[in-house]
Amino acid sequence: MNRTEMPPIKDALHFDLRLKPYDYYELHNGVPVYAIHAGAQEVLQLELVFYAGNFYEPQKGVAAATNFLLKNGTQHRSAFQINEDFEYYGAYCNRACYNETAVISLHTLSKHTEKLLPVLEDMISNSTMPEEELLIYKQNSIQRLTVNLKKSEFVADRLINGYLYGTAHPYGMSSMPLDIEAISLEKICAFYEKYYQTGQCAIFVAGHLPTNLMELLNRFLGGLKLSKPSFTTPNIQPSPAATKKYRVENDAQGVQGAIRIATPFPNRHHPDFKKVMVLNTVFGGFFGSRLMSNIREEKGYTYGIYSYLQNHIATTAWMISTEAGKDVSEAAIAEVYHEMLKLQSEPVGAEELMLVKNYMLGSILGDLDGPFHMISRWKNIILNGVDASYFDESIRVIKSISPEELQQLAVQYLQPEKFYELVVV
Amino acid sequence: MHPDNSTPMAVVDVIYDVGARDEDPEKTGFAHLFEHLMFGGSQHIPVYDEPLQMAGGENNAFTTNDLTNYYCQLPAENLETAFWLESDRMLSLKFSKKSLEVQRKVVCEEFKEHYINKPYGDVWHIIREMAYTTHPYRWMTIGKNLKHIEEATLDDVKAFFRKHYNPSNAILVVAGNVTTEQVRRLSEKWFESIEPGNKVQHLIPDEPAQPAPKRKTVYADVPLDAFYKVWHIYPRRDQRYYVTDLITEILSGGGSSRLFQRLVKEQKLFSQIECYHFGSHDPGLLVIEGKLVKGVSPEEAEKAVMEEISFLKENGITEVELEKVKNKTESAMAFEDMSLMNRASSLAMYELLGDANLINTELLKYQSVTRNDILLISNEIFREENSSTLYYLSKQKS
Repeated sequence: MNRTEMPPIKDALHFDLRLKPYDYYELHNGVPVYAIHAGAQEVLQLELVFYAGNFYEPQKGVAAATNFLLKNGTQHRSAFQINEDFEYYGAYCNRACYNETAVISLHTLSKHTEKLLPVLEDMISNSTMPEEELLIYKQNSIQRLTVNLKKSEFVADRLINGYLYGTAHPYGMSSMPLDIEAISLEKICAFYEKYYQTGQCAIFVAGHLPTNLMELLNRFLGGLKLSKPSFTTPNIQPSPAATKKYRVENDAQGVQGAIRIATPFPNRHHPDFKKVMVLNTVFGGFFGSRLMSNIREEKGYTYGIYSYLQNHIATTAWMISTEAGKDVSEAAIAEVYHEMLKLQSEPVGAEELMLVKNYMLGSILGDLDGPFHMISRWKNIILNGVDASYFDESIRVIKSISPEELQQLAVQYLQPEKFYELVVV
Repeated sequence: MHPDNSTPMAVVDVIYDVGARDEDPEKTGFAHLFEHLMFGGSQHIPVYDEPLQMAGGENNAFTTNDLTNYYCQLPAENLETAFWLESDRMLSLKFSKKSLEVQRKVVCEEFKEHYINKPYGDVWHIIREMAYTTHPYRWMTIGKNLKHIEEATLDDVKAFFRKHYNPSNAILVVAGNVTTEQVRRLSEKWFESIEPGNKVQHLIPDEPAQPAPKRKTVYADVPLDAFYKVWHIYPRRDQRYYVTDLITEILSGGGSSRLFQRLVKEQKLFSQIECYHFGSHDPGLLVIEGKLVKGVSPEEAEKAVMEEISFLKENGITEVELEKVKNKTESAMAFEDMSLMNRASSLAMYELLGDANLINTELLKYQSVTRNDILLISNEIFREENSSTLYYLSKQKS
């Protein structure tokens, strides 16, 4: 046996990567249901996606507060009872507010689905938005925010988004304690009525699905005044900042700098998007990337450094993010630019590119494992309004992209002068 | 091994029976630093990550106070690559000076990122030192201080490797789209020739029963006052461990739990409150921690927490509450088992505890817990002399 020689591998280029198709239904009220029935465990994940994100709010913080308060009291149940109803069955009901959408999700053993759908129905139709609950929400959100504002990473993320999109754009907006204080109950109630009670909704469900799931969904949600989403959002133009470089002191005692380097980038509909996903992986998208190898594994400036394309729908940004020792922050930034220029000036080596392709394909193969992962990919495709062939096309791009194409993309997009640069200590 | 042919993937998980509790008190943080070095190349393979990525795989590792776990996931067709890599680094590391130098820096940055440059980042250093006088749970996995990491030498690295990184102190789990025959053949081919080494006996002093309560107040540059109280609990293999786990669920597992409902929602003393336990192999700690609403004094907050505890000690819990936390446990386990990686590492952990079959019997142990057990064990744990209390207060107002 020769330990110096790698055992033969099946090249990931030969993997047959397919995303299992979803089943599609519409409820009586037109709400679309995307379903994946798979998996050995008798569990289920149900997501109700409402077009009720920050894009639609009349005042900062209203969308998030409304989403939060969905679980805090209805005409039939107190906040405690809602929680008790889910938790008695070992189920989890979460809610989350994003930019375009806001979600109510349920994770449960499949056998309890019928017991829990009435609670979801109640939350969507009969929430009372109690003032007392809003006061507690405000107080606790403000407290959490004051702790987060002490963290340089948190502050850096808010600032860089403000530079990229402008602080009036939902992607660049962030709340201060006074904004949370000012959230109005009337606006919450109006928002609830318009965007939840009579809102646009799509349902994504995956796991071991009960045979009568559609009947159940229709019984509890099909009669509500919901409608099928148009899957489009209002067009709000970003207004990026004019100044490119920033140094901010947040904590005089800080021992690390939170570094963010970013540039605006088009969304998934742009023909270069899938190709840049490969270039990004080479650059800073995984543990073996150029940035990680140089700045962590070679220099030891940081515990970790990554680059990524933000997961936005309307338009997005290419971001490099790391926390580095205060005394080596500037050196780390210089290395980031150095790596950009290197990608512009030399084509990626054949072996490195093969490694990245295999890594990406292997990682997608692993990520297709299990019903929750599959539905999450479909949800992304549907909410971004890209073609159903998007997944297959991404695979084709990864398998076929050449070093010359990558170099061309680096020349076009990885120009240091196009990037915002921020250090928060 | 755990075959599952519904997935295209395979997982290889190796646990070494060494954690921060095995460290010299003067060289803490070493087990974790060493974990970093395991990626710095082995005797026949210059870098660990690259061949794995070439085979379409991903990997990571973590160190706890009890163990060090390395895991990778890759397309099942390429399983042998993982055997090749894992066996070579068990056979011998490269012991590169450069790797040690760089990883010392990386770990120092990790230390700063998580424990210095973060509000409340040093809380667990303080509490562990308070609660433990003797047992090495006295320090955190990352180490007592940066100095211990900076001073690690290549000789330390070599000695540590020889002692702990060998078949006698390792557990290998292979899961996914694989067959018994294939795993047996690959295990024999790649691992059988490695010197077994000696099984290391953990020479770990027991923590003596705590005779009196401990208290401490610290002022720090944080925006909110925080309250922490911990009690000594039971080892992982003790049946009372399961009772304790359910007690923490009763107190703070979700929006209908007691502490959240009473102290956050009704009395509005805390903006957040949590109850959990360490889950460690040797006797760990049960923790109640929370951030105080501005204007609430820590004494007032503590009094309210202790009223809830007294209520539990006197009245126990209802049948419905017990049913709820058992349902929750069943559901949590089902969700956890969805991931192949989780199943593989659970198997390895249970085997380290002495029996891989625990994976099949855990739920029964939770289901056998009675209301009376909860009452009894609450009274055993929640004794003031068994506790340590920390007020971690904002400097800004003092």
